[in-house]
Amino acid sequence: MSLHPDYTGDYKYKWTDLPYLKLSGLEPLIVTPEVNFINIGERTNVAGSKKFLRLINEKQFEEALSIARQQVEGGAQIIDINMDDGLIDGKEAMINFLKLVAAEPDICRVPIMIDSSKWEIIEAGLKNAQGKCVVNSISLKEGEEQFIAQAKTILRYGAAVIVMAFDEQGQADTYERRIEICEKSYRILVDKVGFPPQDIIFDPNIFPVATGMDEHRKNALDFFLATRWIRENLPGAHVSGGVSNASFSFRGNNTVREAMHSAFLYHAIKEGMDMGIVNPEMLEVYSDIPKELLDKVEDVLLDRTDDATERLLDYADNVKGTVKEQKLDLEWRKGSLQERITHGLVKGNADFIEEDAEEARLIVDRPLQVIEEYLMNGMGVVGDLFGSGKMFLPQVVKSARVMKKAVAYLLPYIEEAKKSHPNPSEGGGGNSFRTADPILYGKLKEFAKIQKSNPTEAEKALWELLRNKKLEEFKFRRQHIIGQYITDFVCLKRRLIIELDGKIHQLPENKENDAIRTGWLEEKGFKVVRFINEQVLADTDNTLNSILHELNQREDVSEASPSGRSGGINGKVLLATVKGDVHDIGKNIVGVVLGCNNYEVIDLGVMVPCEKILQVAKELNVDLIGLSGLITPSLDEMVNVAKEMEKEGFTIPLLIGGATTSKVHTAVKIEEHYKKGQAVYVLDASRSVTVADSLLSDKKTEYVKALKAEYDTVRTHYNNKQVRKEMLSLEEARANKYKIDWNTSKIVKPQLLGTKQFENYSLKEIAEYIDWTPFFRTWELAGKYPNILTDEVVGVEATKVFNDAQKMLHQIIDENWLTANAVIGIWEANTVNDDTVEVYENGNKIAQLYQLRQQSKKAKEAVNLSLADFITPKGTGKTDYIGGFVVTTGHGIEEHIARFEADHDDYNSIMIKALADRLAEAFAELMHEKVRKDYWGYAANENLPNEELIKESYKGIRPAPGYPACPNHTLKTELFKILNATELTGVILTEGLAMYPTAAVSGMYFGNEEAKYFGVGKIEKDQVQAYADASNLTFDEAEKWVSANLNY
Amino acid sequence: MANIRDILKERILVLDGAMGTMIQRHQLTEEDFRGERFKNHSCSLKGNNDLLSITRPDIIKSIHAEYYAAGADIAETNSFGGTWVAQDDYELASAVYDINYQAAKIAREVADEFTAKEPNKPRFVAGSMGPTTKLASMSPDVNDPGFRNISFDELVDTFKEQAKGLIEGGVDLLLVETITDTLNAKAALFAIDEIQLEKGTDLPVMISGTITDASGRTLSGQNTEAFVISVEHAKPLSIGLNCALGAEALRPYLKTIREKSNCFVSAHPNAGLPNEMGAYDESPEFMAKQIKVFLDEGLVNIVGGCCGTTPAHIKAIADLASTYTPKNN
Repeated sequence: MSLHPDYTGDYKYKWTDLPYLKLSGLEPLIVTPEVNFINIGERTNVAGSKKFLRLINEKQFEEALSIARQQVEGGAQIIDINMDDGLIDGKEAMINFLKLVAAEPDICRVPIMIDSSKWEIIEAGLKNAQGKCVVNSISLKEGEEQFIAQAKTILRYGAAVIVMAFDEQGQADTYERRIEICEKSYRILVDKVGFPPQDIIFDPNIFPVATGMDEHRKNALDFFLATRWIRENLPGAHVSGGVSNASFSFRGNNTVREAMHSAFLYHAIKEGMDMGIVNPEMLEVYSDIPKELLDKVEDVLLDRTDDATERLLDYADNVKGTVKEQKLDLEWRKGSLQERITHGLVKGNADFIEEDAEEARLIVDRPLQVIEEYLMNGMGVVGDLFGSGKMFLPQVVKSARVMKKAVAYLLPYIEEAKKSHPNPSEGGGGNSFRTADPILYGKLKEFAKIQKSNPTEAEKALWELLRNKKLEEFKFRRQHIIGQYITDFVCLKRRLIIELDGKIHQLPENKENDAIRTGWLEEKGFKVVRFINEQVLADTDNTLNSILHELNQREDVSEASPSGRSGGINGKVLLATVKGDVHDIGKNIVGVVLGCNNYEVIDLGVMVPCEKILQVAKELNVDLIGLSGLITPSLDEMVNVAKEMEKEGFTIPLLIGGATTSKVHTAVKIEEHYKKGQAVYVLDASRSVTVADSLLSDKKTEYVKALKAEYDTVRTHYNNKQVRKEMLSLEEARANKYKIDWNTSKIVKPQLLGTKQFENYSLKEIAEYIDWTPFFRTWELAGKYPNILTDEVVGVEATKVFNDAQKMLHQIIDENWLTANAVIGIWEANTVNDDTVEVYENGNKIAQLYQLRQQSKKAKEAVNLSLADFITPKGTGKTDYIGGFVVTTGHGIEEHIARFEADHDDYNSIMIKALADRLAEAFAELMHEKVRKDYWGYAANENLPNEELIKESYKGIRPAPGYPACPNHTLKTELFKILNATELTGVILTEGLAMYPTAAVSGMYFGNEEAKYFGVGKIEKDQVQAYADASNLTFDEAEKWVSANLNY
Repeated sequence: MANIRDILKERILVLDGAMGTMIQRHQLTEEDFRGERFKNHSCSLKGNNDLLSITRPDIIKSIHAEYYAAGADIAETNSFGGTWVAQDDYELASAVYDINYQAAKIAREVADEFTAKEPNKPRFVAGSMGPTTKLASMSPDVNDPGFRNISFDELVDTFKEQAKGLIEGGVDLLLVETITDTLNAKAALFAIDEIQLEKGTDLPVMISGTITDASGRTLSGQNTEAFVISVEHAKPLSIGLNCALGAEALRPYLKTIREKSNCFVSAHPNAGLPNEMGAYDESPEFMAKQIKVFLDEGLVNIVGGCCGTTPAHIKAIADLASTYTPKNN
């Protein structure tokens, strides 16, 4: 059905007696009726692309050309080139760029659209393209005379033309004005100029919709109608437009923009639009647009409802997108060695990496060069693509796997090289092994070779006893070169040298006295032990005992490279999950990403005490420290580390990251304690590189200055907000509590009273309860499951990572990788003193659970909630109930993580952790359902599919300590006690009250149908005191556990 | 004068053959090239064939006459290098108008003689416009792809002067030929359009490109169809191909032009490819056999010869062409 009342069905081309519009670059482009739509690339437009403008302005033509090339490779059939910007000489830029384009056959094979509002630029463009171009654009804006003159000139240059619906009165913004101007323009061109009608392309103005202004409501619809009219009434003429204009109101929201572009095109094409300036990377597949979004977008485009704009804007807040992947050549194996290595890394394809590494190894002088040059170049590309949003996290992790595989392959060769080149005298990052005096090395090696083949009897005898690690597994080397000396035997690990006397020790022509030689070697950390030949031969046992004794006196030499930044690395970063916290997925991802970007990462793991962090940081002289943590007490530990760093005189930057960290917390709580250095909040793994780069570059001073200013603003803002926020006293807050009518409220007596243990629960059953959306968040892929799998931007990667997850999940289930344990409990309970839930067993109080209460002043009618409000107060005479649970699916994970890590496989290591976390959440969901339906049984008839469970459509809640409704982690201690959870599930609580294994969930069950989730928010001192009293804590301890919620 | 478009509907027209090959036969000296007018010119002029229209018009006229006698309907003026871009090499930019005007004038005279003798076979003069020696789309410096040693405006300027001389000298047609860079050709077409507008003339234009490699592309990289699309706006009488390849190799590309354009199609191939001695050695009979394929398939309306062809070749072609009638257009 046509949108235009005068026509029916989709537009069908009817001017078959006219020739087709034909354009050319190096190759032809014929616009036949069968061609549904001609896609005009828009990125080589300084007005539309800031990057392109910058490149042109900085005369970085090579890169500017690559944008054009990407457009063509990405499917643009015409490229629009626009140089209209005040900053640049548009005419000169147009000429220069077209000349360069002419030299690039893979770009200039397509026709060029010369886009300018300045006639002189258009004409300059026409003089520099051999093919048949399109001029964009002319119009009746300056009157008929100029219009005719320009059209005639264009005809002489042999170009097609875009005519804007614009005249002396202005731009056409209604249906009527559009068709009036287009018809007039057409008649002039065809009748007066003799312009070939098929070479006329109308642009009837695509204007933004959903601007909030009533006069813009029909912007899209009128365009569609005018398009149809033009195609039906102006023989041969085409219709084009700049599609991205339509979605101008949604800048920054690519999901909506892409959907809108797609929907716009869908309708415009049906009405006859056959060309358009479109960014193919900003286009959703029409059929893949989620229905809800599509409906709302089309309501706006077609002006179907009065509130279409508002509804789309509301919806738009909920959806967000990112950028797209770039396509690479399939015939990559034909490329150069570097290209192949880079490709393997970028694509995460490890199939050929050993082959390629071997090829590279044979080319270079030292095996390490393969890493320093070929692999690092490739990882540089990975880093750039990731940094510019063209690669996503799962891909980068796979790149790292390829990298590690290559390194693992090269390692034996590097070791081998070390054997022949030990030199304790030189430091230097990755080069530390390459230490023989380079000038003498060749000569020495030759000599050593001769010596090796002409051993003395004593040497022979001792070598027989030392070789192949015969002496207590100590590895010895013979005739080994160190510095400018050849040693008889050396154990490098223990830095022990054995010399047999009675023969030549050095180059014959360069004899040194033994004292100098020994002195030099000892200075380099070696111990030199001498034996006389006869002694070795006569008393072998004692010789060996002496050697063993010396070996045991000495310690292994650390492999850690010497201090400072060196070699080809960007810097050394120490990463740690702070004391009391065991969560490390995010930290590991940061490690991988930094590793990919040529940082040396020293990962101290989880639960790392402050002292250790600082000690290692000093020993290894790291450039950055990165702290990670997921649970709220970790925030305090980070503050602690910052304070200690200040005390110990550190000046290196401190990076803060993790789910509970925030810019505000870093600015307000951490930065001020570390004045000697700089604390920086890092939002996610992808930012870590930029941040680290900035902090270690020569621009550090400016960066830090900008950061300080930013944090200052954040602090001021925070402080102002604090002042404005009115708080209630705890007493007032309690008085305004949520009141359930306990006379009518239904209390169901649970089927189960006491605890119930579940051991080795079916993982298969648990897996059905998985909520996948957070899984993608772990991989920094934005979007909701299942739509994310078809997402235009991240869909491909999301699908890949999802498929990998499914595969591993099956293995986890089939091969029992993980063990699922749980304990649940339901007890009698009542609230006392408003906020404390007392828990009883057989009439005896076994625990009291203090529930924090909202304390900020609320609007009228709103209440100050506490979870305690959902339990019947003591004294009403009624018995109420509360439940608790601890579930885990983390047992057994360690061996698999270890296995993956041994295989350098970060991807699967992160994958199994992410899956275990999902399973734990699913297990909690499953248990909650069992409790609702069976063990408590207050919702015995509930029957909800998984999607509804994810939306938490059921009655009753299961808040977890440490989360917004009950931020006090100490509740866990109580829960674990009454559930006997550590014994029954194997989950332990760390001193920071994090659970280990990390794939674990604990919480409370509230069965009242009015129970709901909320956030406690900020609290005052009086409540901290109440919490301390009720929980048997000192005020300071209590303050520490709720530090994130303190309003003072 | 008879309308060439009408004639083209009735029969295959024959273009003449090589000018350079014929001039070589005369073994001219430096003095021949200089003549009286350029006796004291500052540099050597030997090899500047275009100059002969002024200094040895007798020879040029005799060559035209030989071709017409062989059966050619159209003679090309001796003005292939008649632009200041090309004449700069001889420091003769100032003589460009005269070169073209004289070239047209003497060809006109010969043509008129033949037409008078054979009114039913009117002879035409096509003003030959070569590609110049510089390219507008390509850099002469591989290390500087953005560099050009000629601009579109300069080309328009020089072609306009050339076209003006040719038109005023009395040509019937203009032939933009041996196009290696379409942008050069577009400049020529632009210049022709401008001068015709100024002079109020409406002479038909023939366009002939040169395919330089086996993939069917011009030197500037366009494939045949893209080339056709890029020049069709000039509403040419014909689009065709000449030079570079022998007749057989042109066939697939002529077919493209026949299928993809609405104009008449021309072909004036070389007498094969140059041999190791730099000579062309396809015999008239051999070449005619190739041309026969074009005619059988109805690929061409105008056919002649380029480098290496002689009146004997043209005669063979003309004899053959006279037995065909156009298949379409």
